[in-house]
Amino acid sequence: MSETHNREATDDAPLSTSKNSDAVDEATAALVEPKGDTLIGRTVTINRPRAELYAYWRDFTNLASFMDNIVSVEILDDRRSHWVVKAPGGKTVEWDAVITDEREGETIAWASDDDADVPNSGRIDFRDEPGGRGTQVTATIVYDPPAGIVGKLIAKMFQREPAIQARRDLRRFKQLMEAGEIATAARTRNQLEEEKA
Amino acid sequence: MRALTWHGKHDVRVETVDDPEIVNPRDAIIKITSTAICGSDLHLYDGYIPTMQRGDILGHEFMGEVVETGPKSTLKKGQRVVVPFTISCGSCFHCSKHQYSACDNGNPADNQDIAMELYGQPMSALFGYSHMTGGYAGGQAEYVRVPFSDIGPIVIPEGLDDDKVLFLSDILPTGWQAAENAAIEPGDTVAVWGCGPVGLFSIQSAFLMGAERVIAIDHFPHRLELARKFGAETINFEQTKTYEALMEMTGGIGPDAVIDAVGLEAHGFFVDNVIDQIKASTFLGTDRIHAIRQAIVACRKGGRVSMPAVYGGVVDKFPLGAFMEKGLTLKTGQTHVQHYMPGLLNAIIEDKVDTTFLISHRLPLEQAPDGYKMFHDNQNEVTKVVLKPDLAVAAQEEIQDG
Repeated sequence: MSETHNREATDDAPLSTSKNSDAVDEATAALVEPKGDTLIGRTVTINRPRAELYAYWRDFTNLASFMDNIVSVEILDDRRSHWVVKAPGGKTVEWDAVITDEREGETIAWASDDDADVPNSGRIDFRDEPGGRGTQVTATIVYDPPAGIVGKLIAKMFQREPAIQARRDLRRFKQLMEAGEIATAARTRNQLEEEKA
Repeated sequence: MRALTWHGKHDVRVETVDDPEIVNPRDAIIKITSTAICGSDLHLYDGYIPTMQRGDILGHEFMGEVVETGPKSTLKKGQRVVVPFTISCGSCFHCSKHQYSACDNGNPADNQDIAMELYGQPMSALFGYSHMTGGYAGGQAEYVRVPFSDIGPIVIPEGLDDDKVLFLSDILPTGWQAAENAAIEPGDTVAVWGCGPVGLFSIQSAFLMGAERVIAIDHFPHRLELARKFGAETINFEQTKTYEALMEMTGGIGPDAVIDAVGLEAHGFFVDNVIDQIKASTFLGTDRIHAIRQAIVACRKGGRVSMPAVYGGVVDKFPLGAFMEKGLTLKTGQTHVQHYMPGLLNAIIEDKVDTTFLISHRLPLEQAPDGYKMFHDNQNEVTKVVLKPDLAVAAQEEIQDG
């Protein structure tokens, strides 16, 4: 199937599920311009047409509606955008991202530029789910954790670890696209604001 | 508003908390007129369910009047509605198959992690039932925020008392689904473990689905009496050897279908159960499963096992060999309430099911902690406690024996 699958392995499973620690090398080789050595992969099925999901995602200013950690995404031109993202301890990190590959309705790939606070690159793939069940959306992200392993642990403590975030962001994307709103147990609007802060 | 909040094992309190508000476009705010304490609330009360937090508002069986609606709610102010305990979006794959309790989207994204680790996939959210199932505030309160109000709540026609329709929220559909999961065929003998509300509704449902005989198993005389009232034969397991009795009563064949409506807090005086209790109290395992073991062993070869009872964690000594060798079928799951509500509302209107018999006590919301204690301590007399926020403390009525 796609080039993010493991050619060395004896199965068809995605590389992000590999027990083999050097799987990341193959994943990064599949990315147009790899930045970093930590791999995240996550797929979610969304009961909506592929074109609709792609179009919503491709307008990067929409992403803050379901990605909790995004402070803002500013569109600089048709390939470049500027990202401000929450980090542990009330800080923010910033970078410019450049689209490195794009296929209408199928794939968006990006890489951060050289002076990014957190070097990162990745791709979002949209595929028709078999059986007319909507669309599989796969996020594959490679990044350099700030301050290495310790930084990753701190991020995890603050629930800002990118693997946790990616999985939750994709769930929120699914909720927004399928149900038209993002589920919350908040009883009041104040509680909702506190949860998002 | 006033609300019943959880603070720990055997510690629930009525406190003043912030009123709920419209948070999402599909929300509605309901002013509660009646709300019941469920047998599964006792699992929370006894501290068996993980991921509870101090201050959580309990209650997942409730109804009331619509007082506020979000822009995408289809409800109208003033309508009386019964609210299903499962919080389902109505638009995901599972909802489209009417598997509402498996909804992908009702549970907030952050809470889904817990169930992912325990169960492999997150389940739908439930009202007032721990953070694993969403952390939503429940309905044992004056007001409640109801998400996805265009999908869940069913509007009640005028002239039907709360007491008649309240149980559409959980236990009536749960009893019905239990009988449906038993795939009852005309002429069947069905055995039901547990004559609590779910067991009693599954007895009524089994007969409506064509069962020839229902055998009800419990140890509370009053509950067995209620089962008898609906035409069931009874076994009191304190006086009678259940397996032996079932075999004799079915001519050595065993019941065609068995229903475990007891679940996680099965009471039994047997060695395996005692071991379970030791394990539960030492955190080696969370679930005590005597009823389901006995049901599997008693069930006839090729028969059907239905398990509406709530289990949360892992068990051991599950009779997998008997299950396999006899070729049994097991169906279970949280109830797809939204799927059953319209049909069961009709059944109530046409007097095909009796619901009000179950209510033994009506209390003001302020006395909810007494209601929990009563229900917990005296399950023979107390079959169902309904809390009414509008009921004055002095005017409380207690009706014994339905």
